[in-house]
Amino acid sequence: MTVKHVRELDRVVIRFAGDSGDGMQLTGDRFTAETASFGNDLSTLPNFPAEIRAPAGTLPGVSSFQLHFANYDILTPGDAPDVLVAMNPAALKANLPDVPKGATIIVDTGDFTPRALKKVGWDTNPLEDNTLSAYKVHALDLSGITMEALAPFDLSRKDASRSKNMFALGLLSWMYGRSIEGTVAFLREKFATRETIRDANIAALKAGWNYGETTEEFAVSYQVKPAAMPAGTYRNITGNLALSYGLVAAARQSGLPLFLGSYPITPASDILHELSKHKRFGVRTFQAEDEIAAIGAALGASFGGALGVTTTSGPGVALKGETVGLAVSLELPLVIVDVQRGGPSTGLPTKTEQADLLQVIYGRNGESPVPVVAASSPSDCFHAAIEAVRIAVTYRTPVFLLSDGYLANGSEPWRVPDVDSLPTIEPGFATEPNHATDGEAEFWPYLRDDETLARPWAVPGTPGLEHRIGGIEKLDGAGTISYDPNNHDRMVRVRQAKVDGIAGIPDLEVEDPSGEARLLVVGWGSTYGPIGAAVRRARKAGHNVAQAHLRHLNPMPANTGDVLRSYDRVLVPEMNLGQLALLLRGKYLVDVVGYNRVRGLPFKAEELADVIMEEVGAL
Amino acid sequence: MTAPVELGLPGLAGVPTTDVKQTKKDFTSDQEVRWCPGCGDYAVLAAVQGFLPDLGLARENIVFVSGIGCSSRFPYYMNTYGMHSIHGRAPAIATGLAASRPDLSVWVITGDGDALSIGGNHLIHALRRNVNLTILLFNNRIYGLTKGQYSPTSEQGKITKSTPMGSLESPFNPVSLALGAEATFVARTIDSDRQHLTSVLSAAAAHRGTSLVEIYQNCNIFNDGAFEILKNRDSRDEVLIRLQHGEPVRFGADGQHGVRRNPSTGALEVCAGDDPGVIVHDATADDPTQAFALSRLADPGTLARSPIGIFRQVERPAYGDLMAAQLDQAAATQGEGDLQALLRGKDTWTVG
Repeated sequence: MTVKHVRELDRVVIRFAGDSGDGMQLTGDRFTAETASFGNDLSTLPNFPAEIRAPAGTLPGVSSFQLHFANYDILTPGDAPDVLVAMNPAALKANLPDVPKGATIIVDTGDFTPRALKKVGWDTNPLEDNTLSAYKVHALDLSGITMEALAPFDLSRKDASRSKNMFALGLLSWMYGRSIEGTVAFLREKFATRETIRDANIAALKAGWNYGETTEEFAVSYQVKPAAMPAGTYRNITGNLALSYGLVAAARQSGLPLFLGSYPITPASDILHELSKHKRFGVRTFQAEDEIAAIGAALGASFGGALGVTTTSGPGVALKGETVGLAVSLELPLVIVDVQRGGPSTGLPTKTEQADLLQVIYGRNGESPVPVVAASSPSDCFHAAIEAVRIAVTYRTPVFLLSDGYLANGSEPWRVPDVDSLPTIEPGFATEPNHATDGEAEFWPYLRDDETLARPWAVPGTPGLEHRIGGIEKLDGAGTISYDPNNHDRMVRVRQAKVDGIAGIPDLEVEDPSGEARLLVVGWGSTYGPIGAAVRRARKAGHNVAQAHLRHLNPMPANTGDVLRSYDRVLVPEMNLGQLALLLRGKYLVDVVGYNRVRGLPFKAEELADVIMEEVGAL
Repeated sequence: MTAPVELGLPGLAGVPTTDVKQTKKDFTSDQEVRWCPGCGDYAVLAAVQGFLPDLGLARENIVFVSGIGCSSRFPYYMNTYGMHSIHGRAPAIATGLAASRPDLSVWVITGDGDALSIGGNHLIHALRRNVNLTILLFNNRIYGLTKGQYSPTSEQGKITKSTPMGSLESPFNPVSLALGAEATFVARTIDSDRQHLTSVLSAAAAHRGTSLVEIYQNCNIFNDGAFEILKNRDSRDEVLIRLQHGEPVRFGADGQHGVRRNPSTGALEVCAGDDPGVIVHDATADDPTQAFALSRLADPGTLARSPIGIFRQVERPAYGDLMAAQLDQAAATQGEGDLQALLRGKDTWTVG
């Protein structure tokens, strides 16, 4: 028996990569779950092709899952993997450029046949030439060993080799001192009705662990101690899940039944799937015939006194535009969730981008102001959803809630909030007439609240408040059709003033530990993590840098202009070609500098740190 | 007269009623009606306002939702709740409203362009789902509000502003379309026949699920006389087929014409009224084949041999009822939702 050493690390980035049918997302999910319950801080980045099963063994078919975990609080899924687990030649080739020299590569040699190599354009076997000489390589026949371990089971070769991902998971779990008990329980539940598959997967998982423990291939295992986190109960959560829970919570906090109208679209569909499970909360989910019907049904439900929500991605927002405009005119609460992906057109359905900002703010006919809230991390999707609902209900307006592919599928630990601490949202339905003409009580649907400028929300079934609303311009107050030029001018300005005057938006906070920074880095949405990590690096290198992150994009916090103007230089990194930068320049006349990449992937902390330090250096 | 199949008023089950006697005036809003003088829409508005009091529903629980087009101004003139929405989308909007509010009587007002062109997708899916809606499709075979372009029900060769050499397209037959879209209630009536219109509307309101009523409606400005052949005393008896459930399908002043099935083609054809093969109309037949064949009798151009009345009236669970049942079932089997338990989930760990 070899003596095994345990080495302590502060942080590790592991990437699992294989064919899209190899179960890499599941493997990553399970490793994440065990890592989360161990108490590390973590952040994940799934990356998969749009095709469900691209041809096996090809580069386009490679799916991967990256996990960053540490004994301190981290902000990103990591720039580059310390460990790459590659299940076939395509996975190795596709991911090798991301792996820094000196990193560890565990590769399944089972599929390194001349044919498979040729398929990815390798004439010689990279395991046998010098391709991998700069790495610590463990070339193992994971498929073969798995099949051997599963020989006692009555399984075809194909079925047996399918469990190789569990073998790899077992091996990695051993390497990093993760428990496999949670995964055993998970497999028992998942394959409850298929005993052979269940037992084979559990056997493969344990075989992987034991392989690490007993063979001489691995002399060292690693330990990453739990991170110090604020006291509380934690769970791991993805952005789509957190957003779904935020909507359920907001429905409860407002006392409104949730109605989701949605049409399947990547990467938003999981919200539809999730909310469909929660019927016992009174949640109605409607899978519509198209994007337009999805938002239409949600708006119809809102008219009836429900919390109408529609979920989609950029192409769906384009189709919903006219109905958003109708909601602006009707002044009814509505939440439109845009889980952004690479565009234009179909673009990169499974990749992330934040290029819908101008679309949601300006992408409609006429003057059509709509509040916009953007989540900054997977778990923040929960609170951002509640905030979007608060604004929609309080101000009787459609609200865009922006997430993106990275937040949707990425995960991080989340301190579960006490539901009693969540804000209450008051629908304040109209119950009686609000106006009198010649002594006769009437209901005026556009007679506004002096403070919020919101109109009354009178739902069908309320006697005496029968009224008609619609997309034709309404007379301010009475709400009847009006083509009067001055009335239109007034209504356009009032709708804008209502949105501009939304209260309860906190001031933009600046984080500047030195108090002497001359460079401010401003971001929005999912770039929060990478920007934060990059700023930390720059500070560690001795630079003074200030950071601020916008959660409300429309309207922006009242102090935004003052904040921007108090720095010599403002850097705005975005996963688009400068959409927030355009808004900041236009609104505040500040000459901000953009840093823009649209690669379908989140920024790397290192690249941003370089940009930041360059900007500081230029001051 | 059309004899609606007696099913009580399941379409309005769950909608609160009132003991207070209502009149047409109660359903008339204070808005000035702004359709062109002579428009067929006036007759339909009067019929609806005249017959709604008979239902005895709480007025506040009635909602009219419309799209865009001349007829879609309808909700403004009704003293109920109402929404004048956007082009083609009324069935989608009404679906969300009806599915989440079973205590409402929801009506959709639409036209041939609104329902069959820009909103065709929503119409067929509302019918397929059988949402509890009553859809009144005002078919004038023309675009009125945009001042006279051909519509999806215009006859081929129609000369309009956008088709100076004649339209190239085959028209939709809305009844055939609805039957093909799995509709459970499909009827056709005529704006000028108040009695027939009212009886069809009553049956449509009573039906649980989506009721589609095609109303032949005259646009006296851009397509005047489109249905004259069916309205004129001299011609109508020879071309109009009044369907009555359980009765032989006969027409002509003295019932001298009948409709029978051609044994070799299976299609329906006109025969003598005393032909032994004259078919009996069965609106409740589970199989829509005969109803569809009846819908195909009409000449798509001249509308000769146009059946009016209820083509189909069958029972199928309504979408909103099924949705509500799933919510009840989930609460009954899993218990009411516990938000804190949901947020915690299964895999948690504690710090500190």
